[in-house]
Amino acid sequence: MARALMKSLALVGLLVAGVLAAALPARADDEALPTVHWSFTGAFGTFDQETLRRGFQVYKEICSNCHSMNLVHYRDLAALGYSEDEIKAIAASFQITDGPNDNGDMYERPGRPSDAFKPPFPNEQAARAANGGALPPDLSLIVKARKGGADYVHDLLTGYTEPPAGMTMQAGMNYDKYFPGHQLAMPQPISDGSVTYIDGTRATTDQEAFDVANFLAWTSEPELVERHRIGVKSVLFLIVLSGLLYAVKRKVWAGIH
Amino acid sequence: MSASAKPPVFKNPVVRWIDHRLPVFSFMSHELNDYPTPRNLNYMWSFGSLAGIVLVIMILTGIILAMHYTPNSALAFNSVEHIMRDVNYGWLIRYIHMNGASMFFIVVYIHIFRGLYYGSYKAPRELLWLLGILILILMMATAFMGYVLPWGQMSFWGATVITNLFSAIPLVGQDIVTWLWGGYAVDNPTLNRFFSLHYLLPFIIVAVVMLHLIALHRFGSNNPLGIDMKGPQDSIPFHPYYTIKDLFGLAVFLVFYAALVCFAPNLFGEPDNYIPANPLSTPSEIVPEWYFLPYYAILRSIPNKLAGVIAMFGAIALLAVVPWLDRSPVRSARFRPIYQQFFWLLLADCFLLGYCGAHPPSGWYVVAARLATAYYYLHFLVVFPLLGLFERPRPLPMSIGKPVLSPDTAPSGARAKVTP
Repeated sequence: MARALMKSLALVGLLVAGVLAAALPARADDEALPTVHWSFTGAFGTFDQETLRRGFQVYKEICSNCHSMNLVHYRDLAALGYSEDEIKAIAASFQITDGPNDNGDMYERPGRPSDAFKPPFPNEQAARAANGGALPPDLSLIVKARKGGADYVHDLLTGYTEPPAGMTMQAGMNYDKYFPGHQLAMPQPISDGSVTYIDGTRATTDQEAFDVANFLAWTSEPELVERHRIGVKSVLFLIVLSGLLYAVKRKVWAGIH
Repeated sequence: MSASAKPPVFKNPVVRWIDHRLPVFSFMSHELNDYPTPRNLNYMWSFGSLAGIVLVIMILTGIILAMHYTPNSALAFNSVEHIMRDVNYGWLIRYIHMNGASMFFIVVYIHIFRGLYYGSYKAPRELLWLLGILILILMMATAFMGYVLPWGQMSFWGATVITNLFSAIPLVGQDIVTWLWGGYAVDNPTLNRFFSLHYLLPFIIVAVVMLHLIALHRFGSNNPLGIDMKGPQDSIPFHPYYTIKDLFGLAVFLVFYAALVCFAPNLFGEPDNYIPANPLSTPSEIVPEWYFLPYYAILRSIPNKLAGVIAMFGAIALLAVVPWLDRSPVRSARFRPIYQQFFWLLLADCFLLGYCGAHPPSGWYVVAARLATAYYYLHFLVVFPLLGLFERPRPLPMSIGKPVLSPDTAPSGARAKVTP
């Protein structure tokens, strides 16, 4: 019985493994993405709040000049360890267009925690006009929306180099080792000292890229920490439950064999 | 120990009163308590009940998702993100539903290959098998339309590619596609009707599952030996023996399911589907969900569009007519030494097809996909019929209960089907 069970389980495992192998998409890029060690991978992975706050600073001071983040609200910043008053202050530092009021006019007011992050441009056309025709993508989901995830974001930000000899670049394009096609409209956004970290961390290009990739991983998957916590609990519970049910099954079947 | 045919007597007077007027308790008792089940079913037989449970999970989570989802091309993407971010445990419900589709197909594919291995489709269970294939087809339609609902890039372009397959039909193809779309491109009307049908089809699946169960309970489960139950010594009541065995199987299944949902919810997904649908920008590669990859490989392995579409749908049609292609009187592959080898070859072939379907059709992948497609058809159209004629099956055991019974003491007639 136990052998038959093992055989069945092994077969199921094999099938699942095969399915996974078939499902994993292959990267056809010429440059393999270097991997970074992230605190949020693995079953026990979690975000580091200090890192997230530094990443938020990089996003706020640099990325948000061109990139919107429409799915994230100021209230969500509580996950970064900000207090309610700090969040109110951060939100109030932005002027949000609201309305129409009773006179039918739109008006500006200080932001509230319930507001979504203020976008840099009022619409797509304005964003394109300000960026040489290219549309800076919304960054809310960028880590989930790119193959390679946080690695890709980090590597892209640190992958700017001179184009290889013989490559002709289109006007206004920048060469990036890790961007598919290598011609990227976004000029290198961060370099050493692009921000002055509030917590005193030395702002190298790599540090800034690492921090902002962490922040963007959080905006993509704000539920990640709770998801991992529920996962560990439920998987442990189900393993114990399986053991108990197996014992009961053996007892019920004892008279059969 | 064995199942009895006596009508149940209920101690509880309320139950007795109701049952006299509406015999639901007799029915349940008959189909669960007394239902005679072969005593030798292995864990491969747990996947049927697992599939039923996953269907219930999908319907429950789907109903909750529909309360928060907006089927409008301008709002759908953000409404899914609203579920992920603002609805209490919305992310959990959505990930259970999204990965539930993958788990459903894993379970059902194992269930189908179990049927192929043990010959569960053979007389008198042909209709049971056909109803199962109908469920598979309904599942595919439901899963495809469900994948369109988040209205990401892969939703939109997947819908465009798949609906465009119908344009291969001569003369009326393009008109059919326009009719399916509700316009001249995949757009809001397409999303609306897909949402409507995605909500409807699971309930039709439930109805077909009922028929599948009625057909199953007519002759009972097949079993690893593939021989009929010949008396009470061969069977045990479904409850408690298989309820507890299936419950244990369910718990083990849930370990994998929970791990997938909580630790790798986007493992089976495409990153492109987290980019809102954009009709003006085609993704570099349009890939269907993993459970469609083998069919996708068959479709692409044939240079002619119409022939490719026919070959793809033909792959499922062949599965439906297996009971009539397989001429061997022996059910279980345990006693069919050659068929057993071919079974594993077919399984490997399907994995190879899936692997090819996941990669761009160029170079080695095209060759492999064409060979795998050829073998798939060969397996059904040539191997199945010929094996029935030329294979010498191993001798079958006399009965399930006493598989080592010597031929002298065997009840007469038990060997009738065995002799090659």
